[in-house]
Amino acid sequence: MSTRETMGAGMTWVGRSIRRLEDPALVTGQGRFTADLAAAHWVRFVRSPAAAGTISKIDAPDGATVVTAADLNGVKAILPMLHKFKYRPVPQPILADGQVRFVGEPVAAVVAASEEEAEDIADEVDLRIEETTPVIDARAALDADAPQIHPEAPGNVIVDGLARTEDFDAVWKTAHKIVTVEGRSNRQNATPMEPRAGHAAYDASSGRVTLTCTTQMPHLMRTAICDVLGMPESDLRVIAPDVGGGFGQKMSLAAEFVVLVWLARKLKSSVAWTEDRRENLIASFHSRDQHVSLQAAFDKDAKLIALKADIAANVGAYSCFPTTCGVEPLMAMAELPGPYNFSAYECRARGIATNTCTMAPYRGVSRPVITFALERAMDKAAAAFNIEPAEIRRRNLIEKFPHTSPTGLVFDEASYQETLALALKHIGLPAFRTRQQEARTNGRHLGIGFTTFSERTGYGSPAFAARGMEITVGWEQAIVTVDPSGFVEARIGASPHGQGLRTTLAQIIADELGVTPDIIKVVHGDTDTAPYGWGTFASRSLVIAGGASLLAARKVHAKLIKIASHMLEAAPDDIVLADGQAKVTGTDRSISIAKMAREIYTQAHRFNGELEPGLTESATYDPSGTFSNACHVAIVEVDIDTGKVTLEKFLAAEDAGRIINPMIADGQVHGGIAQGIANAILEEIVYDESGNILTSTLADYLPPTAHEIPPIELHHLETPSTQSVTKAKGLGEGGAIGAPAAVMNAINDALSPFGVEIDEMPATPQRIRAALRAKERVKGNVA
Amino acid sequence: MSDKTAITLHINGRDYAINVEPRRTLADAIREDCGQTGTHIGCEHGVCGACTVLVEGEPVRSCLMFAEQADGKQIRTVEGLADGDDLHPMQQAFMDHHGLQCGFCTPGFLMLAVGVLEREPDISDDDLLDVLSSNLCRCTGYQNIIKAVRAAAKEMRAK
Repeated sequence: MSTRETMGAGMTWVGRSIRRLEDPALVTGQGRFTADLAAAHWVRFVRSPAAAGTISKIDAPDGATVVTAADLNGVKAILPMLHKFKYRPVPQPILADGQVRFVGEPVAAVVAASEEEAEDIADEVDLRIEETTPVIDARAALDADAPQIHPEAPGNVIVDGLARTEDFDAVWKTAHKIVTVEGRSNRQNATPMEPRAGHAAYDASSGRVTLTCTTQMPHLMRTAICDVLGMPESDLRVIAPDVGGGFGQKMSLAAEFVVLVWLARKLKSSVAWTEDRRENLIASFHSRDQHVSLQAAFDKDAKLIALKADIAANVGAYSCFPTTCGVEPLMAMAELPGPYNFSAYECRARGIATNTCTMAPYRGVSRPVITFALERAMDKAAAAFNIEPAEIRRRNLIEKFPHTSPTGLVFDEASYQETLALALKHIGLPAFRTRQQEARTNGRHLGIGFTTFSERTGYGSPAFAARGMEITVGWEQAIVTVDPSGFVEARIGASPHGQGLRTTLAQIIADELGVTPDIIKVVHGDTDTAPYGWGTFASRSLVIAGGASLLAARKVHAKLIKIASHMLEAAPDDIVLADGQAKVTGTDRSISIAKMAREIYTQAHRFNGELEPGLTESATYDPSGTFSNACHVAIVEVDIDTGKVTLEKFLAAEDAGRIINPMIADGQVHGGIAQGIANAILEEIVYDESGNILTSTLADYLPPTAHEIPPIELHHLETPSTQSVTKAKGLGEGGAIGAPAAVMNAINDALSPFGVEIDEMPATPQRIRAALRAKERVKGNVA
Repeated sequence: MSDKTAITLHINGRDYAINVEPRRTLADAIREDCGQTGTHIGCEHGVCGACTVLVEGEPVRSCLMFAEQADGKQIRTVEGLADGDDLHPMQQAFMDHHGLQCGFCTPGFLMLAVGVLEREPDISDDDLLDVLSSNLCRCTGYQNIIKAVRAAAKEMRAK
């Protein structure tokens, strides 16, 4: 269910749950995904079976086409760069060059006439590796005698951030109570349902290559691949067709794509690669693997006064492009203070290399983990002060705006207190506590968990520049055209892959031009037809591409008014656009937008040089960012005998500013919450000591099914953002950010009678039982 | 590599005479030999269900069946659900209730749900949830898939 407490739909397209314009193709099997394309050649990558070592031999079967690092003459390594936080650039060869650094690292590319043949040949490639001892855990990698992953990063630290407020020591001394959290989130894989795939085709007449691939950032893929291969960008076209989910995994540069483009140019033909699920699980990009040691200091009134943290982020074998491996630890350091009102902060955050698959952004980026740690601290403090978890949050949430955080982030107007109150109203806390007590007497253990958090969204280049990124992403561009047929086309640099942006941007543009969304086509995901832009990630597309679309549409609106003024001989101020017409107010005179469009293209001379021919306008948008907020509540039952956690209910009260399409917004929140629940209780990439992955199928990795996700109840507030031209805030990641903490707090609430705490995600049955057993042993109840 | 065998797949009322290796999966044959790319491949381990099609009316993971095993059998894929421009109630319900986002798992869910509801039109809500837990979706958190399938079930019963 879902309720909305403000703003009716009114007479605008914005605010309405219209059906998605994307869907007719997708429900009829007419979507076009990368793996649907046929090719002359198929590629299979030979991957390292060892986590660390030196390649001593690569022998290909006779007559086979097998490409290794030795063949890639003149191809540069991928070298992501940060100019701050003691970042040490570590090169990633396109194919392993001498050394291997994780199981799954591509070592050679086999090219054959069919996928099956390529796989057969790959099996016959004789790859020998002199294995050395790998290091898998981030903290172990910090040991003085730990194996060194890169000579460029002694001690295995690639990035090392430190934040400290001037008042820290003075405030810390005054603490009344200090609570400690040793928070651990194990490793995840974003697991889009569509595995990664690429198809590169050489065109003999133009000498160009078209790379169709599973990416969230087509333009940046073109820039990056051309940099590495040393070719002009005009010779490469990158297309992101329908992309089957990304969640961050498809925004980083895959070395495999570079090989495909290189091969297409070399063979002057078409080559295709589709990874299998095992490759995706072991060798695409991973996420989340972090330790957060957190201490939170409170005064005698349970007010948070200071936070002290040490964050160790396992970033895997290489640094991902374009964000670099700083993305997780540095965002964690900047955003750990959350939506709470205090000033004293000290945090060290390190990105540590290990012999594991490279880390890249995944929905939420660091915030699912820091929110979990901070919200555990709030619950531990509530217990220490003997007050309700909701009450300690009420005492500490910010309520004056703009609020400047200890790390200098400026929080715009939001509804932290109000969403908490709304969630409490709907969850019925007193009734739950009664039910919980009754259940305990019957040997059943229910728990409730709260999270209150912010979600930084829609931030432009200044936010990324603050991290010192060599590639400073952020702004977006839109080109809005009314064509001579009177239909509208919006070309955008963002690259949606499930977010419904073709629909929501059409709603925004429709209101501005006084037309219906169904005559608006949003064009994206093709470097030949879409303007340069950064793509779809970081809860930004609706805010930034939506903002750019609105600004471009406003220019088209202004020009239509001028055209109408000329054609209707009326004052511009008297003309409005509505129902596909320009109307002169107070009269029955009007002219259709289609007619005006026709005129400005085909009868441009009639405007006497006062108006430029054509009806195309472009705009860029680069906002500072805006914070969405929410309160999540989970109710769980823990089976003490088996350690199994069952979610009974999940409720979210959230505020993402003005909502463009409520149906789509709810869908984003649902999906994020499901991924957050999975983070808390199910999904884990497990390495053994030798660096091999034990969870290389979906049956082992455990993404949730319809059974594990409970009914999700949503409630909305709308605090229009002053930092976003559409007044909308982003909401792509909030579900995934808040849900893990809510579930973990609920599990700990359920376990509270046993004096057991679980601060490691996922809280699997094994971990819960181990904690209970350890406690029983201490008590001497177990032999 | 091994010798190819001539087989015929009857997909959505059309016959496809193709030559396949014994190891060719039905999923690959449908997509690559018959060009029906609406059926998607998500894991090839029979876990995710993206490749679900109906074989003789029964939902089947086409990645776990060899093409040869489907020789001469009636197969329905997502491309055959609509009747011309008239969408199947299940397709319409997925659109009406926002039961899809990226759309990659959607064909599998549509075929699973249609197959089960054609077999058991009066299936209970609980049993339907059991059935839907056969397939994986990463975008929707299943909320709107469940809503859509329940709505379509009602619609299909009314017809």
